[in-house]
Amino acid sequence: MEFRKHQLANGLQVIAEVNAEAHSTAVGFFVQTGARDEADDIAGVSHFLEHMMFKGTPSRSAEDVNREFDEMGAHYNAFTSEEHTVYYAAVLPEYQTTAVALLGDIIRPSLREEDFTTEKQVIIEEIRMYEDQPPFGADDKCKAAHFGPHPLGRSVLGTIQSVSDLKVEAMRAYFERRYSPGNITLVGAGRIDFDELIATANRICGTWQPMEAPRETPRAAPHRGFQFQQKDTATLEYVLQLANGPGATDDDRYAAKILATVLGDDSGSRLYWALVDSGLAEQASLSHHDYQGTGLFMTYMSCEPEHAQANLDRIAEVFAQAEAEGVTAAELAQAKSKINSRVVLGSERPRGRLFNVGGNWMQRREYRTVQQDLESIDAVTREALAEVLARYPLSINTALAVGPCSQLTAPA
Amino acid sequence: MKEPILSHTFDNGLVLVAEPMMSLESAAFTFLLPSGCVFDPQNLAGLSSFTCEMALRGSGSRDSRRFIQDLENLGVEHGESVSNSHTSFSGATLAKNLLPAFNIFADLVRRPHFPDDQLEASRLVVLQELRAIEDEPGQKVMLELRRRQYPDPWGRSSQGETASLEAISLADIKNYFVQHYRAKGTIIGVAGRFDWEKLKDHVGQLFADWPSGKVAEPKPGATFAKRDHLHHESNQTQIGIGFESLPYRHPDYFQAWGAVGVLSGGMSSRLFTEVREKRGLCYSVYATNHTLRDRGSVLCYAGTSEERAQETLDVTLAELVRLAEGIHAGELARLKARIKSSLIMQQESSSSRSGSIARDWYHLGQVRTLDEVGAIIDALSCESINAFLVENPPRDFTVVTLGPNPLEVPVGIS
Repeated sequence: MEFRKHQLANGLQVIAEVNAEAHSTAVGFFVQTGARDEADDIAGVSHFLEHMMFKGTPSRSAEDVNREFDEMGAHYNAFTSEEHTVYYAAVLPEYQTTAVALLGDIIRPSLREEDFTTEKQVIIEEIRMYEDQPPFGADDKCKAAHFGPHPLGRSVLGTIQSVSDLKVEAMRAYFERRYSPGNITLVGAGRIDFDELIATANRICGTWQPMEAPRETPRAAPHRGFQFQQKDTATLEYVLQLANGPGATDDDRYAAKILATVLGDDSGSRLYWALVDSGLAEQASLSHHDYQGTGLFMTYMSCEPEHAQANLDRIAEVFAQAEAEGVTAAELAQAKSKINSRVVLGSERPRGRLFNVGGNWMQRREYRTVQQDLESIDAVTREALAEVLARYPLSINTALAVGPCSQLTAPA
Repeated sequence: MKEPILSHTFDNGLVLVAEPMMSLESAAFTFLLPSGCVFDPQNLAGLSSFTCEMALRGSGSRDSRRFIQDLENLGVEHGESVSNSHTSFSGATLAKNLLPAFNIFADLVRRPHFPDDQLEASRLVVLQELRAIEDEPGQKVMLELRRRQYPDPWGRSSQGETASLEAISLADIKNYFVQHYRAKGTIIGVAGRFDWEKLKDHVGQLFADWPSGKVAEPKPGATFAKRDHLHHESNQTQIGIGFESLPYRHPDYFQAWGAVGVLSGGMSSRLFTEVREKRGLCYSVYATNHTLRDRGSVLCYAGTSEERAQETLDVTLAELVRLAEGIHAGELARLKARIKSSLIMQQESSSSRSGSIARDWYHLGQVRTLDEVGAIIDALSCESINAFLVENPPRDFTVVTLGPNPLEVPVGIS
């Protein structure tokens, strides 16, 4: 296993974790752009643009793009988050160059108006699909309430209104602003020929012109709030709670992951024993998400409406108890074994390593081996978990409940 | 792809089947027990799921809390599910923890406590799992499609019904356990890094004295209307379409499979191209082969806004009918490329292989190596697939919709 890196003259970075023993190769363009870089009048443009990348380039039609990916037998896709847009393909090693050349070409798209109009319908169907699935976009609403004017409060999908109103010119302008080579990293994992990777990057991406593409990363203010929305069409009641947590460059992010595992993993955690094992909730979990400049703890719970109030109160008790008493040595050890195993299992495939290596680079400009991640997990102490709880109290949160309940109140 | 499949059948009928993947640091396992929902008595639908839930609540020397603690301290990622034919318990962990994990699972499948004081909590769990489907319209329409695509009990969903889940007693669960958690018909699949002789000895120590048991195949029961609409207040209409195809063990299965691969798979496949790419009708559309031991179907899904749903149904059905006209060389070449890379990438994950080899054994009484699957795929040709399609054109469609209003199945489509 060897880490390699290189920067093109225009600022585009090329990195790879080379594993000569791997059966396959994974490559991806990681672009530093997402919902947090949008404004109200273009809400949802990052995600819509991601779809448009598969609609053709000056030298390829949309059908060519799909056909050429399939001719390689590639497992390929793209996704958009608040912070990043990623285009990737897992292929057999002999297709490395073909895959990189194709991915590189599609992120310099034609953005033809006719395709834009057709694809707009697909995006609207995607939003409508989520609107039929309780909790009906509650994560977007809860994030908006939690972050307020902070850029991470923006929705990745946008709304049916914002997507319908979007003009192709506005998308083109956003593309020009954000897809600067300095904002893009080409990442490889698995059986990579790194010299060939650089050569392909130079050939396909070397002429891309750099421009300024800055991003603000303020820390989010703590927030407390409680809202509920009555929706008779839902069967179960759904609750989300967001609390601040360590961000992507904070050293205590490992402690935060372990804390979330002890308190809210979907098996064997305190919330599991309090709510799921007893059948009081269908799901109850706590997870940690880190962003540039800030982070989040997210609590998710679904249950029969008649149990919702008692479950909310019980979650508050679980958090209050953890803040008062911390966690036990046995809980810490159990969480570490679990995470340790997940890290190893998740790293077996080049595809799994691609997102880890790329994510680390995008957030911190650093490379970490699997071994280094395991050591960082192992080094976390009970005291570190207590410090995270003191700095980021789970009891101070923004909550949103959606479902049939007509009456719910914030826990005392 | 050179490592052989290893297997051993114990005197009581238990099968251990394993595939070494020595480049990995992990090992994964799948226990398939002959206790699928087809064996649920008619008035106790959901009994296999309820039994599975109760089995997790303490076994051998462990109560339910200790069970999960011990598994997690060994770093075992675990899950359980109930299908038509089986209850499956699966896990993956670091290679050195495989045999200790088996000790825990041996207690689980042989010596569960079925504690009286956890019956009502378990009942709440299985009732909520059933109710949660009401909030997943895309999943619900496919369950309702299967119910109408196969005769009972093969069309059932494993979650059961509210009334039957409320009626199930601890005695029902214990009785079901005695009949169905048995050596004969159970298949243990293992993939990853392990020592075969040690594994076989260890499984022998844990299971060789497990009573054998006898499972009778159910008889075909009621069938349901092939066309149905379920009213649901929603933005989108969910569409499920099914037609008869072949089970996995049929000699022509891969011909049918190849045809569906042209219909749905990569982004250049026909349904994605015609329904989503050209017309922008929906976000999600697919077709998949669904196989039981003696029956198989193709199941298709599309979900879209109510005002576009009729066109989506018309276009999707037209593509299914057009399949009978045959597939083209380019389409088959892309399908083969996709499968070739899938087969190689399967070598990189123990979890996907442990389940596959156990299910292979159930369907075939042997396991196809990835090399053998590769050879079968290589042998497919447009001529062979098109000849199959001439004899077996997609027809007699089951069509189920879920949404605000029903749709019309176009004239001329049977």
